[in-house]
Amino acid sequence: MRRLINRRPDIATRFGLMLLPFVIALVAYMVASEARLSVNPNDKLLPGWSSISAAIDRMAFQPDQRTGNYLLWTDTMSSLQRLGIGVAVATLIGGIFGILQGLIPHARATLSAFTGVLSMIPPLALLPILFIVFGLGELSKVVLVAIGIAPFIIRDLALRTEAIPHEEIIKAQTLGASTWQIILRVVVPQMLPRLIDAVRLSLGAAWLFLIAAEAIASDSGLGYRIFLMRRYLAMDVILPYVMWITFLAFALDLVLRLFQRVAFRWMYRGNGA
Amino acid sequence: MTKVVVENLWKVYGDQTVLENINFEVAPGSFISLVGPSGCGKSTFLRMMLGDEAPTRGRILIDGEVLEDEPSPDRGVVFQKYSVFPHLTALQNVMLGLELAQSPILGRLFGRRRRAARAASLEMLKSVGLSHAVNKYPAELSGGMQQRLAIAQALIKKPKILLLDEPFGALDPGIRAEVHEIMLRLWREEKMTIFMVTHDLSEAFKLGTRVIAFDRVRTRPEEMKAYGATVTFDLKVDGKSIPPQAPGAAPLAAAAQ
Ligand SMILES: Nc1ncnc2c1ncn2[C@@H]1O[C@H](COP(=O)(O)OP(=O)(O)OP(=O)(O)O)[C@@H](O)[C@H]1O
Ligand SMILES: [Mg+2]
Repeated sequence: MRRLINRRPDIATRFGLMLLPFVIALVAYMVASEARLSVNPNDKLLPGWSSISAAIDRMAFQPDQRTGNYLLWTDTMSSLQRLGIGVAVATLIGGIFGILQGLIPHARATLSAFTGVLSMIPPLALLPILFIVFGLGELSKVVLVAIGIAPFIIRDLALRTEAIPHEEIIKAQTLGASTWQIILRVVVPQMLPRLIDAVRLSLGAAWLFLIAAEAIASDSGLGYRIFLMRRYLAMDVILPYVMWITFLAFALDLVLRLFQRVAFRWMYRGNGA
Repeated sequence: MTKVVVENLWKVYGDQTVLENINFEVAPGSFISLVGPSGCGKSTFLRMMLGDEAPTRGRILIDGEVLEDEPSPDRGVVFQKYSVFPHLTALQNVMLGLELAQSPILGRLFGRRRRAARAASLEMLKSVGLSHAVNKYPAELSGGMQQRLAIAQALIKKPKILLLDEPFGALDPGIRAEVHEIMLRLWREEKMTIFMVTHDLSEAFKLGTRVIAFDRVRTRPEEMKAYGATVTFDLKVDGKSIPPQAPGAAPLAAAAQ
């Protein structure tokens, strides 16, 4: 017998093993749901497949009676818009300040303690302040997402910029590069793929802040909907919404990863730089 | 042709003296091999030549002027590692020096000037034997190819002084001999002054017109901190002419313009 650490599954086994936990979770749910429904057909906690699919149909494919909107899609659009703008702003801020802090000693002296302290503020504790300052509209939610993840992106990028070998920076200077040219031709191109990594890592937090903000004050959005449905114990709506949010988060992550692969080929060439 | 004078140079880190009282003069066009045991301060000396580190005491004069206190294009460098930019192809790595000089804001060239820079860079890559790899990224090149690329990248700027820190340490003997020939040819053509740190004595004597050794004179443990390394021997290599003769015209000089 070879050691366990040296035994590798072949492709078919790998695929089967990958599906296994999902199947187990699904079967466990179905069994439990069946059991509860057989005792009490009106049980709301673990709805069966029929009521879930009816809810999906109602939310995604039938216009809402009051507003005439297809709720799942309007919720998705408003959530993605808030998330997108918030993350984009945080990425821009994080990229600029991260690179400055990582590369320029005076910027580091000015910023590093400040961003260190900022990143320790729990963003949700700022939410009331944001509501007071920016009102209950879109702005406060977007700002929460941006504030929530920007400090992480700044610090991550600053560390990665500092980790660029000193030799490269010296070399660039011997080729006549000014500080600006070093940023433009040496640092930014190498940091863009790292920035995408930082964004990918912070997307989970971004969703958290978005849903929290929507739960507290909103009139649309995925987070708003699931917290609204909680009042009616409408698990048949909440569960598909949670799965949809999970899928969106997964898809965003995948898109970013694929984009990184296509746009920054040099990172994946040869023995890996 | 560049004359280098090192005057009473000291380098101290904290309470650790690394180099002390280094004095020598280098004739224009010399090829200086620097040797010495590990940790004696050879790289530290090169960093001071680059302007990356300031001398604690003493000074370095280049053509009579005190050396600029930050790296500049008149002093090229090839490190043992990380000498080329991983996100640029071989051609882009070599072109970079030309682009930076001619385009202060964008750091990129377009149109006719770009074609000229490209042609000069291709010529330079050819002279180091990398014509077949111009569109490869450094990670796709072997160690020897990466070092030749680093040399081409440094030389396109026509530095007065070229600093090499164990540039060929990781190469196998066959490739190393090949790169040596390229190095000697470029040195003759460009009439640079070269400082090369090496651990390989035969390489030091083969390439250098002069071999300078750094070492500690006092080696008792309690003396290690207070005393640094200094020049312990300094030998002209027989049969080598300084300044070197340039056989024929210098095609690189024409190519880079
Ligand atoms: N930034 C620094 N701070 C403190 N000490 C340093 C620093 N840089 C180098 N040293 C010390 O200076 C000494 C010389 O280092 P250096 O890198 O110049 O050696 P070297 O001769 O190039 O050795 P090698 O042949 O192994 O490359 C070492 O003892 C090292 O610990
Ligand atoms: Mg060294």
